[in-house]
Amino acid sequence: MIEIDPQKLVKKTYLDYAATTPVDSRVLEAMLPYFQQSFGNPSSVHTYGQKAEAALEEAREVVARHLNCIPEEVIFTSCGSESDNLAIRGVSFAALQQRGARHLLVSPVEHPAVAKTARQLANYYGFDVEWLPVDEFGRVNPNEVAKRLRSNTALVSVIYANNEIGTVNPIAQIGSICRNHGIPFHTDAVQAGAYLSMDVAELNVDLMSIGAHKFYGPKGVGALYVRKGITLLPSQTGGEQEFGLRAGTHNIPYIVGLAKAFDIAQVEKEERSDRVLPLRIQLIGRILEEIPYSQLTGHPVQRLPNHASFVFKGVDGNALLMALDVAGYACSSGSACKTGDPEPSDVLMALGLPREWALGSLRVTVGNQTTADEIKAFLDILPEIIARMRKI
Amino acid sequence: MSGGVDSSVAAALLVHQGYEVIGMMLRLWTEPGKEGSNRCCTPEAMALARRVCARLGIPFYAIDAQEVFYNQVVTSFIDGYAQGITPNPCLVCNRQVRWDFLLKRALALEADYMATGHYARASHAQNDSICLMRAVDRQKDQSYVLHVLDQEQLSHALFPIGEFTKPQVRQLARDYTLPVADRQESQDLCFLADEDYREFLKRYSLSSSTRGPIQNLRGKILGTHQGLASYTIGQRKGLGIASPQPMYVLRKDIENNILIVGGQEELGIKELIACEVNWISGTAPASPFRAQVKIRYKASDAWGKVFSLGENDARVLFDEPLRDITPGQAAVFYEGDVCLGGGIIQ
Repeated sequence: MIEIDPQKLVKKTYLDYAATTPVDSRVLEAMLPYFQQSFGNPSSVHTYGQKAEAALEEAREVVARHLNCIPEEVIFTSCGSESDNLAIRGVSFAALQQRGARHLLVSPVEHPAVAKTARQLANYYGFDVEWLPVDEFGRVNPNEVAKRLRSNTALVSVIYANNEIGTVNPIAQIGSICRNHGIPFHTDAVQAGAYLSMDVAELNVDLMSIGAHKFYGPKGVGALYVRKGITLLPSQTGGEQEFGLRAGTHNIPYIVGLAKAFDIAQVEKEERSDRVLPLRIQLIGRILEEIPYSQLTGHPVQRLPNHASFVFKGVDGNALLMALDVAGYACSSGSACKTGDPEPSDVLMALGLPREWALGSLRVTVGNQTTADEIKAFLDILPEIIARMRKI
Repeated sequence: MSGGVDSSVAAALLVHQGYEVIGMMLRLWTEPGKEGSNRCCTPEAMALARRVCARLGIPFYAIDAQEVFYNQVVTSFIDGYAQGITPNPCLVCNRQVRWDFLLKRALALEADYMATGHYARASHAQNDSICLMRAVDRQKDQSYVLHVLDQEQLSHALFPIGEFTKPQVRQLARDYTLPVADRQESQDLCFLADEDYREFLKRYSLSSSTRGPIQNLRGKILGTHQGLASYTIGQRKGLGIASPQPMYVLRKDIENNILIVGGQEELGIKELIACEVNWISGTAPASPFRAQVKIRYKASDAWGKVFSLGENDARVLFDEPLRDITPGQAAVFYEGDVCLGGGIIQ
């Protein structure tokens, strides 16, 4: 056998916090006792189980406090996508059963966890999915929702803050319209959890999905807020965990991690925003100024404070990501690029961007560890790399 | 990288030699619905290539080349058969996809070289130019498909496994504990997904799959052919004609959709004209020269005299007649181990 030393990596700068974040050490510390010491199954009768159950319910209370809801309205899941699936599928099936409702009103800038679930409901279960219009920034106009609500609308789903373009939607206004019509309203708040208000009473939402790893919690755990009175069918059946809505033994350390991370995120969100916002402003300002044929995607102001996204005309977005990675910068584009898929993303196409622009997308998302020096260094090399990509 | 043994070992050797290595894999075109069976870029092959890169601790990127592959390689394959020639898509792929499309992308990552798992060698000659040479393993030598390279491309080319035999490469894969050591390889064209090329062509080009008469040189009808694309020059089996002596495909009359056959004595040509000739040194030889010529990837060397005609053509006069000179395949010229270049047989 011949030993090969793994290639030495050049110093890497992580600029992809919208994809995932490192676990905060305070979160990790909170999780650790639940792997080996308090490892019980919260469904058990004995003391081990009771200790685990106590941790579970305390986590639920912490999350409920920041959502401004009651603990029974918080359902723990395995990730944001599962929360979306449970919300969309669960409410749609229940609404169909209870009142024959088959109409779904969905924005065209949803995460695939929502969009593909809605498409499956349309293609295999006879639901009628109507896609809402969005403006050039990917925002849903609440009036457009009002115009389209029907008595047989099963559910409205609009993403809180978009993962690809960072745009924040007017969730409270849309929610208020839905509430007035008695139609359940879901929002995918997976990207919003790190920086925005998650007060469900202010937001007028009936269902809201979150995922811990977007706010310095562990991967593999999420939650769904379900307002009391909303009925939904479980998408995973089995034991009676999570009020019968999500069967499966509780993943206590991860649920504890989610609660701790959410607590920190919500307590520190202004401080965190104040730190990342100047970096975002710097990124957007210099890129638009220094790189010809560049355009911001998403809303210039109503956007996540750590999120900058662009399209560059005549650039292969996948090639750009590779070149940046080789240069030591981990960024993302709009499309599922790992397999080299060249198709522009549905979200960018929904903005009405021409293909030759939409193919050259770049998302730069900063976070707790990002420094001003890193952003400066990144901005110093980006124009040359873009120019090189345009020569391919 | 393809997830196969050769490119994986090539990467491992370079990492071992201290190069900074980046793994790149081409996603090539497959007929819609058959993505799972493309020989070199199935999701499974991609997962393997990723595993190899992870094992070597190098980055891995998938490059989508479906459009360029379809436009350049697949269409010329279909068009070639429609015109009655027997095209060699691997040549087009090397010229247009690997050593142009992919090389540009590698250089755009500021790479100095692009290495492949081809069995061939590149070496610097005294006059500063780079020679393409046959691999040490003559059985596996792939210099034939690389004869399309020019000096610029060769200056960026590395062929790390060209000095090894296939069994040695397999052993290296085991020594490096790469998860691909025992992977089988297929000789079929990658985009055919294990299907006979005639079935593929039937779906894409009608004319070359139309039945027509089989005639001898005097115009006598001897039978019916199943579409000219199904036959190659020199073919004996599968003609479906009753004849006292063995009959061979002599040529194809595309215009009239006739397959022309004849006896062994009528087979065999001493001469060919090649077009689109690439001289690897960059300049056509001033005077005729004797060379070993390969008229197919797997053909043995045939001695002959090569005359350069104008810029891009060449004439080859063989010492002995050859019975399977096939328009569309390449004639590649060698002086010993050195590949001088080649062109497409007319």
